[in-house]
Amino acid sequence: MKKLSARRRHPLAAVVVLLLALAATGGLYAAFAPADKAQADETAQSLAIEEGKKLYAVGCASCHGTGGQGTSDGPSLVGVGSAAVDFQVGTGRMPAQQPGAQVPRKKNIYSQAQIDQLAAYVASLGAGPIAPTEKQYSPEGADIARGGDLFRTNCAQCHNFTGEGGALTKGKYAPSLEGVSEKHLYEAMQTGPQNMPSFPDTTMPEKEKKDIIAYIKSVNGDETPTPGGFALGGLGPVSEGLFGWIFGLGALIAVAIWVAAHTAKAKKS
Amino acid sequence: MSTTTATETKRKAPAGERVADWADGRLGIYSLAKANMRKIFPDHWSFMLGEICLYSFLIIILTGVYLTLFFHPSMNEVEYSGSYVPMQGIRMTEAYASTLDISFDVRGGLLIRQIHHWAAVIFLAGMFVHMMRVFFTGAFRKPREINWLFGFLLFVLGMFTGFTGYSLPDDLLSGTGVRFTQGAILSVPIVGTYISMFLFGGEFPGHDIIARFYSIHILLLPGIMLGLVVAHLILVIYHKHTQFAGPGRTNKNVVGMPLLPVYMAKAGGFFFLVFGVIAVIAALFTINPIWALGPYRPDQVSTGAQPDWYMGFAEGLIRVMPGWEINLWGHTLVLGVFIPLVVFGLVLAAIALYPFIESWITGDKREHHILDRPRNAPTRTALGVAWVTSYMVMLIGGGNDIFATHFHLSINSITWFVRIFYFLGPVLAFIVTKRICLGLQRRDRDKVLHGRESGIIKRLPHGEFVEVHEPLSQAQLHSLTAHEQYKPAHLGPVTDENGVKRKLTRGEKLRVKLSKGYFADGNQIPKATAEEYKEISEGHGHH
Amino acid sequence: MSSQEISEAESLRHEQDAHGTEVAEHPFADPGLPPHKPRKQDIDERAARRSERAVALLFTVSMLATIGFIASFVIFPVDKIIYVWPLGHVSATNLSLGLTLGIALFCIGAGAVHWGRTLMSDEEMVDERHAVAATPEVKAKVMADFADGARESAIGRRPLIRNTMFGALAMVPLSGVVLLRELGPLPEDKLRKTLWSKGKQLINMNTNEPLRPEDVAVGSLTFAKPEGLEEHAEDFNNQIAKAALMIVRIQPDDIKDRRQLEWSHDGIVAFSKICTHVGCPISLYEQQTHHVLCPCHQSTFDLSDGARVIFGPAGHPLPQLRIGVNDKGYLEALGDFDVPVGPAFWERG
Repeated sequence: MKKLSARRRHPLAAVVVLLLALAATGGLYAAFAPADKAQADETAQSLAIEEGKKLYAVGCASCHGTGGQGTSDGPSLVGVGSAAVDFQVGTGRMPAQQPGAQVPRKKNIYSQAQIDQLAAYVASLGAGPIAPTEKQYSPEGADIARGGDLFRTNCAQCHNFTGEGGALTKGKYAPSLEGVSEKHLYEAMQTGPQNMPSFPDTTMPEKEKKDIIAYIKSVNGDETPTPGGFALGGLGPVSEGLFGWIFGLGALIAVAIWVAAHTAKAKKS
Repeated sequence: MSTTTATETKRKAPAGERVADWADGRLGIYSLAKANMRKIFPDHWSFMLGEICLYSFLIIILTGVYLTLFFHPSMNEVEYSGSYVPMQGIRMTEAYASTLDISFDVRGGLLIRQIHHWAAVIFLAGMFVHMMRVFFTGAFRKPREINWLFGFLLFVLGMFTGFTGYSLPDDLLSGTGVRFTQGAILSVPIVGTYISMFLFGGEFPGHDIIARFYSIHILLLPGIMLGLVVAHLILVIYHKHTQFAGPGRTNKNVVGMPLLPVYMAKAGGFFFLVFGVIAVIAALFTINPIWALGPYRPDQVSTGAQPDWYMGFAEGLIRVMPGWEINLWGHTLVLGVFIPLVVFGLVLAAIALYPFIESWITGDKREHHILDRPRNAPTRTALGVAWVTSYMVMLIGGGNDIFATHFHLSINSITWFVRIFYFLGPVLAFIVTKRICLGLQRRDRDKVLHGRESGIIKRLPHGEFVEVHEPLSQAQLHSLTAHEQYKPAHLGPVTDENGVKRKLTRGEKLRVKLSKGYFADGNQIPKATAEEYKEISEGHGHH
Repeated sequence: MSSQEISEAESLRHEQDAHGTEVAEHPFADPGLPPHKPRKQDIDERAARRSERAVALLFTVSMLATIGFIASFVIFPVDKIIYVWPLGHVSATNLSLGLTLGIALFCIGAGAVHWGRTLMSDEEMVDERHAVAATPEVKAKVMADFADGARESAIGRRPLIRNTMFGALAMVPLSGVVLLRELGPLPEDKLRKTLWSKGKQLINMNTNEPLRPEDVAVGSLTFAKPEGLEEHAEDFNNQIAKAALMIVRIQPDDIKDRRQLEWSHDGIVAFSKICTHVGCPISLYEQQTHHVLCPCHQSTFDLSDGARVIFGPAGHPLPQLRIGVNDKGYLEALGDFDVPVGPAFWERG
């Protein structure tokens, strides 16, 4: 059932140019972001940056500029940080494929190692939010109920009660959270991709992000129970009403036709 | 009467008869049974739509009584400690907590809740379709106008019973609906704020609304509805059911099967069928998973906030209305909310009053027990389809956000589409429907005069190919020509027989105009007459 | 007219001639009910027995299903979750109880209907209808009786009784109306005031801590409540329904409305979270466009331009709360909202 509802989200048809797509993805984050910690292994780091730069030149430079300074097709990446890169590339949103109201999630074409190299290169352009470690985003031991309360205050207005997604203005949308990894959920809250506002640690501490991730995973995971039966997409009264009309009333009318029909007559001999 | 005969009968009669005798002596059941036991009902699937409604209503009452045993209609706040983990420790009202308990800690509680809610969705859908069946076949005509109103009231009361019912769990979705209601009440000029304060016992949300909705939902509205259902059924039995035209079926009789035994089995069995189907649906498909929604808090909300379908067109009206607000002399007229509220009432009133409008236009005072085929009342059918179209357009408006995400459209475009099509759609629907009806009437006329296309192609001696038309049976000829056609009304001479100018009221002029719109040439196709038929069948007038 | 019509007209005539007597005076006359034709079950006892067995089988299945219902009720614990393709992870109790109950009921119905359709007589019968309206004689009798009754009551002759009676009957429901007054308080200025007042700190809804300006990043979204309002308070819901606050930070250069800029602190703006349409908590903030959308009815406000309505059914902008920073460095309100929050109402003005 979860599989079924996953298919309903496909790349959006074009409405608006790509211009809006990645503008200021955490780009304005620099002001308050924590300072980069000194890197322990400087050689490994500089190697990663070198590799990342090559990948960047192939996959990203045409829109974001050769030095990440941004062009008319893509925003500056200076100061967006590794978290933004990990989210955008890791969820397949970047590199963007076609213009539209919003850049959709799609199949990721890079390995995690390549993404890390890209992230290292972009992070070297200017300090920004750092991709979280597993300790930060793992929902282990988090308070699910508290996460639910936070989710309903901060997230449900766009992403629906259980993260099924919802509409924004002019063809934009808040995507479904189904099947999004814990890390990417964390990074989205941290960086505020596309039109999503960010929820920085200063107003939503790490612990609360974990609670929220734990809640999403508990109500919208592969193993999430739907005690009442097939969940009809978890979209509420619209899908319930359509179902009630088409299958509920439809089945009863079919039965009524059988009840009222005349029984077959014997053939005349 | 001698005592011996009485005791003799008593001794001889079987137990069942003795019980019946006892009851008859006190209730007069034999006279009642004499009139009704072999009552005739015609067979047609569309006549069972009302039964779907009746039975789902009974199912709702049965399951509703069970739910009251566990539900606490209280807004006292508690900390949840039941078995649903994602809510443990959350503050919520007892109403929400007890609904969680029904869903997770009462064996079969979830099933009964889901049957109750699915039955409500189907009850309202059934009433809508039943009402449309009655409308499009003209079954609302004399003597059934009052029963039409009873049915209409049941539909409206059903909407509000449903609304108060799904609001009871005090979850985040339904609470948002209650908030919307409160906002709409505030928009009422002059008394809005007072009504709001009185309904909610103070400011929104207060601590009273659930308990108040509870008594409205389980007592006041269903009590009235039960009375109306009984009256509706008594009138159906008293008037006897309508039937479609056909051989042996006249305006003065009813042809079908007797209540005992056939309809006892069919209608009685249908109750179990409806209950069974709804129980299976409730076993397989989730409805209103309140545990996923969270408890209501006025500062929280979710996207996709919709009411159940029967409130959807009100939701659509409120969504697509422009935000008009007039401030004058220190007062605010909230047209952006109040106009939809008024239109909501007018849309419903339009369909409720239609039978009276039509009988005024036709001026027909006779009883009608033979149903119209929709095509044979083209203007009525077109008006009905126009009404349904405007209703459906608003349902789209009410679900615009869901339609936006699932069809990859802009929510703003859908809203504009609905704004335009709310006016354009009914007009187009009216024109198209009327054309289709007239086309079907023409086809019926051709069929009567020239027979049925047999699909057999014949070559004539001089080489021409023709399709053989088979003549219709007498029964078919009768069925296709049984309907009456009204003549349009005329204003009559301008002066009366004494040469004095007649006074024509404006109403009379309007009536004549409307009558022409219904029945003038071009608004209905004259049915084949016997003369036309005879002329063709006797072979005159060819070549 | 074409020749095809000749042929069909001829054939029609032939048929009528063949049936001879059936040529009616009026070609569309009602031929009356068609003769009843028997069903297979009516003439073939084996078919009838098959129907009988089918009905009995359905009733038996129903009995078995009821036993299954009771067994499921006993066997499955209330919290047992099982995976059933394609439904998902569903409650074993709900599924088993619902299916067994559904089958038990459906089979009774199917059995009864099958019985009715195949074994009970399907000969159509005719009931005569009678006019609903009474005959003139009956009507005359009723009118006479009514006149007698009215005369005997003397209601027409003694207008004093009649008028006072109508007066009393008209007035007595007023008692009930008066009692309804106790349903709630008068509105007074309840809709105009919120908990916000000068000096109240903005408390972060997430952390329950007061907010510092540097906590609020550009592009972020934060919700706040007034200092002193606790979630477990008796009137929390009533208060938060008016006081809920949405805080965003916009580059001061991007703020188009002068007053909005004045009422902000360094680009931090605080707007009511309650939609001015019908009161949904509005908060679908698009950080690139600064538009905020209401999830209920799609009113859209521009937070960079005084929260002006740019789309949808809302009639006026979201009220802004004037904020500043207190000497401890926390954000604080500089007063209550200057206009009522939430939906418009008659007295709003």
